[in-house]
Amino acid sequence: MVRAQPLTNRGVLLSTLATSLLAASEAADGGESAFHAPTVADFFPPVIFFDGTPFEINRIILVRFLAAAVVITLFLVAAYRAKVVPGRFQNAIEMILDFVRRGIAVEVLGEKNGAKYFPLLATIFCTVLFMNLTGVVPFLNIAASSTIGLPLVLAAWVYVMYLTAGIKAQGLGGFLTSSLFPPGVPKFLYLLLTPIEFLQVFVLRPATLAIRLLANMVAGHLMLAICFAATQFFIFNADGAMKLFGAGTLVAGLAFTLFEVFVAALQAYIFAILTAAYISMSVEAEH
Amino acid sequence: MMALTLGSAAVSAAAESTESTESNILLPEMYDITWSIVIVAIIGVVFYRFALPRFQAVLDERTALIQGGIAKAEEAQQAADAALAEQQVLLAEARADAARVREDARDEGKAIVADHRTKAAEEAARITETAHRQIEAERQAAAVSLRSDVGTLATELASKIVGESLADSARQSRVVDRFLDELEAAQGVVSTSKGA
Repeated sequence: MVRAQPLTNRGVLLSTLATSLLAASEAADGGESAFHAPTVADFFPPVIFFDGTPFEINRIILVRFLAAAVVITLFLVAAYRAKVVPGRFQNAIEMILDFVRRGIAVEVLGEKNGAKYFPLLATIFCTVLFMNLTGVVPFLNIAASSTIGLPLVLAAWVYVMYLTAGIKAQGLGGFLTSSLFPPGVPKFLYLLLTPIEFLQVFVLRPATLAIRLLANMVAGHLMLAICFAATQFFIFNADGAMKLFGAGTLVAGLAFTLFEVFVAALQAYIFAILTAAYISMSVEAEH
Repeated sequence: MMALTLGSAAVSAAAESTESTESNILLPEMYDITWSIVIVAIIGVVFYRFALPRFQAVLDERTALIQGGIAKAEEAQQAADAALAEQQVLLAEARADAARVREDARDEGKAIVADHRTKAAEEAARITETAHRQIEAERQAAAVSLRSDVGTLATELASKIVGESLADSARQSRVVDRFLDELEAAQGVVSTSKGA
């Protein structure tokens, strides 16, 4: 659970910033605040197309389409113009794929299974990466993975993949035995361990995959939105010396933007490496 | 687990500070799921079917090319090494041949010279001997002819001087022989004394 660390840090930062902002805004004009704090409503923007059907399209879905179009175009163009001696663009794309292949697939799963599951890991890594990065793109300003749908679908895909991988490799019985009854433990401990392992394998793994990504992206968006909303407020609505705070929050917004780029890549990496780890745990009898 | 509680805590904290919304950020909306599936499916198909296989093909080609290049270089190196070794063997052979030929030639030359020398010596000896024989034969012929000529002449001379024909041939020949013997004896004394 070390991976929740960025979230905790940001949670703390978020609350301190929010309280200071609230105090500041109250001090500024005694009640009627011009400060527009970001809300959860940001993640449920008004419907644009197909209202009332399961195919409703809002701003976030459009951002998602755009991110998908970008990642598909980039990789298709790179793939179909790929030459034996790569150019700069091809090198960049190959670097990403090579990172997934060596750093994740082969590293966690070994040569044989690494090659087998490389397409899955590459697809997941690139999808998450590009969907995350829209959070820092001007005018998009929201991560395409910041509503539960996308993380959930990806997690469900991973869930199906690691369960089938385990059943294929060890058979249904073998897979259940090796996952639910970890070897090398005194028999009576199974009373305690088996329910935990069951929860782990069948509920917590996909749930944490989805929620970790979602929470990071939501928190990231809220952080950025707070920083820039505060900047807006301090510079245009605050009096006198208070305007100086605007510079501080602008710099903070800039820093958080860079941090969000890092988090976008980190979360893509975490999602992919956990996928590899779960598959590895499924295909290997002992873990 | 911690991520979950923290996430929801952060979310609820954010939610509390605003007007209440019906939406829970952790509960998926139908459209969200629909489009997520569509998008993941599209990206998945593109990656699985088109992008990744193409990259794989190019990677394989590159690997093959590099391995081919290395193999070719190794082959060339081996060929060069083999050629060098062969050349050195040939060179050594050629040197040995040359040495042998030189040695043979020297031996042969020696043999030829020796042969010629013996042949010349034999020839010389033969010529000398022939000459000696010839000389001896001529000498004997001369001696015989001289003997008869001198006999005749002396007899004729003596007949003329004595006026008496030595018709009796036996007597004549006895006289002549005696004369010549005496003459030879005198000559022999002279030649030996000369030789001494």
